[in-house]
Amino acid sequence: MSERKIGEVILDLQNISLRFGGVKALTDISFDVREHEVRAIIGPNGAGKSSMLNVINGVYHPQEGTIIFRGEKRHEMEANAAAKAGFARTFQNIALFKGMSVLDNLMTGRNLKIKTNFIQQALWWGPARKEELEQRRKVEEVIDFLEIEHIRKTPVGRLPYGLQKRVELGRALAAEPQILLLDEPMAGMNVEEKQDMCRFILDVNDQFGTTIVLIEHDMGVVMDISDRVVVLDYGKKIGDGTPDEVRNNEEVIKAYLGTQH
Amino acid sequence: MFYRETGQFKTSYGADQQIFPIRQDRIAIGLLLVFAFFVVPAVATQYWFSAILIPFLIFSLAALGLNILTGYAGQLSLGSAAFMAVGAFGAYNFILRVPEIPAILAFLMGGVCAAGVGILFGLPSLRIKGFYLAVATLAAQFFVVWALTKFGWFSNYSSSGVISSQDFSVFGFAIDSPVRKYLLTLSIVAIMGLLAKNMARSNTGRSWMAVRDMDVAAEVIGIPLMKTKLLAFAVSSFYCGVAGALVAYCYLGTVEPDYFTLDLSFRILFMVIIGGVGTILGSFFGAAFIVLLPIFLNIVLHPLFAILGIEISSAVVSNMELMVFGGLIIFFLAVEPHGLARLWQIGKEKLRIWPFPH
Repeated sequence: MSERKIGEVILDLQNISLRFGGVKALTDISFDVREHEVRAIIGPNGAGKSSMLNVINGVYHPQEGTIIFRGEKRHEMEANAAAKAGFARTFQNIALFKGMSVLDNLMTGRNLKIKTNFIQQALWWGPARKEELEQRRKVEEVIDFLEIEHIRKTPVGRLPYGLQKRVELGRALAAEPQILLLDEPMAGMNVEEKQDMCRFILDVNDQFGTTIVLIEHDMGVVMDISDRVVVLDYGKKIGDGTPDEVRNNEEVIKAYLGTQH
Repeated sequence: MFYRETGQFKTSYGADQQIFPIRQDRIAIGLLLVFAFFVVPAVATQYWFSAILIPFLIFSLAALGLNILTGYAGQLSLGSAAFMAVGAFGAYNFILRVPEIPAILAFLMGGVCAAGVGILFGLPSLRIKGFYLAVATLAAQFFVVWALTKFGWFSNYSSSGVISSQDFSVFGFAIDSPVRKYLLTLSIVAIMGLLAKNMARSNTGRSWMAVRDMDVAAEVIGIPLMKTKLLAFAVSSFYCGVAGALVAYCYLGTVEPDYFTLDLSFRILFMVIIGGVGTILGSFFGAAFIVLLPIFLNIVLHPLFAILGIEISSAVVSNMELMVFGGLIIFFLAVEPHGLARLWQIGKEKLRIWPFPH
């Protein structure tokens, strides 16, 4: 772990506010993410953690605030542009393509790498075929990495929950992202599945240098694998720092023990 | 016993991604094509060509078109017949107004016109989904039939908008007999079926299915929703349009806008549902079921009553046909909601391990 080089700030969120009608989901939140680090977002239910991820990759558009990604300043992200810029994510409730096989799900993750058009693909000739095989080779690397060779032709709808979570991670990895956003990657898993998932996340971070932003409720996991933690409560930032700093932060303790506001 | 994949190892991703990865399947489809192209023309009668085989092939193509849109891309549409009408009238006008155009090109251009109309009526899909979208595509259904009837230009000012197909030839062969019409239809359907399968197994098809299964996730991994949905509408309408042109030129000879009613749209939708939503093969099964079963019942029921010695008027028999037909639809959907294609797949899986239970 210690040899890992944490780089410069790659993503900087400044004064983000998001409202749905009268509901304030996020209020004036600022934090940054450094290259190659594992950054966790924690907080009680309804704190705005998922909304934060949705703002980062353009599913939601904040009313106020600035997002600076690799020095480029913008008011909001578009989901498509975010994907092109190298963001990939998983969802809290698994958002796999249920009717498709594991292999097809992962291949879909690579759609941005495909350059041929639908006519070439319909004719299945030359470049289209070559490209398809090329993507397949890359996808097989991900399949190998996540140890899901045995289920590659299985429709994802038939897989148990833990494996679906792993396939969803695979689909995000297939895109070769620079920043990986994970929304509760370990929710609902048993201890062994959690261990596997932690191992995969750390390996991704280690081997590919991928920056990881993750939301997680299991405090043991969060404190173990993340470099820095930001804590949200009722849409406000109440803590930010290394796991140790956060653990001893008064406000964080209050929020988690449910003291009156 | 004979249907085994033992010993067939895939040593490259290319081999693993074939349409028919099992050798026996490749042999079977090869034999089927040889049978359809060489044996059938030699043995089938004129009635078989014009009343059974040609309509079966044409409706397979239309069902394939709708299956691309509804089965793969998940956009419910009730406008298939309208897109067929655009294809038929488009091809008619191209041959009429550009006499030197090759017939095949005119059919394809009819399909392109249908694709254009499809994109136009697909625009609501960017905002609405499911049943609401189906209602929006109803607009296409009524508008197209109305426009083709109302504006005489489309039918060259014939009475009540009827068009009669001109004589045409393909590569120097005059397509004037049922056999030749059958062979032309079969060739077009076979080629377009292959193209559809290729789209389905490449990035185009995966993008469609991604939009169908979870559009938010699709957008987040970089699939452009608008482009993907409109492409599905365009390709689907193109297929329906070519099917419509074939209805005019290879099946009926003369058609009027009122042939392409909502009723026809529903029949094509039933073909997709019964055959198997989101499968290429299912489109053919569905078309076979809807087109062939009534004919089969007609052939079977009359002699059946004759044998039983029951005197029944033919009106009652045709009503009974409808009842049996409806009953069978319900039966098949209850047994396997995923359609005949799934039954076929299950049958194949059983056959692989036969005679053992698993």
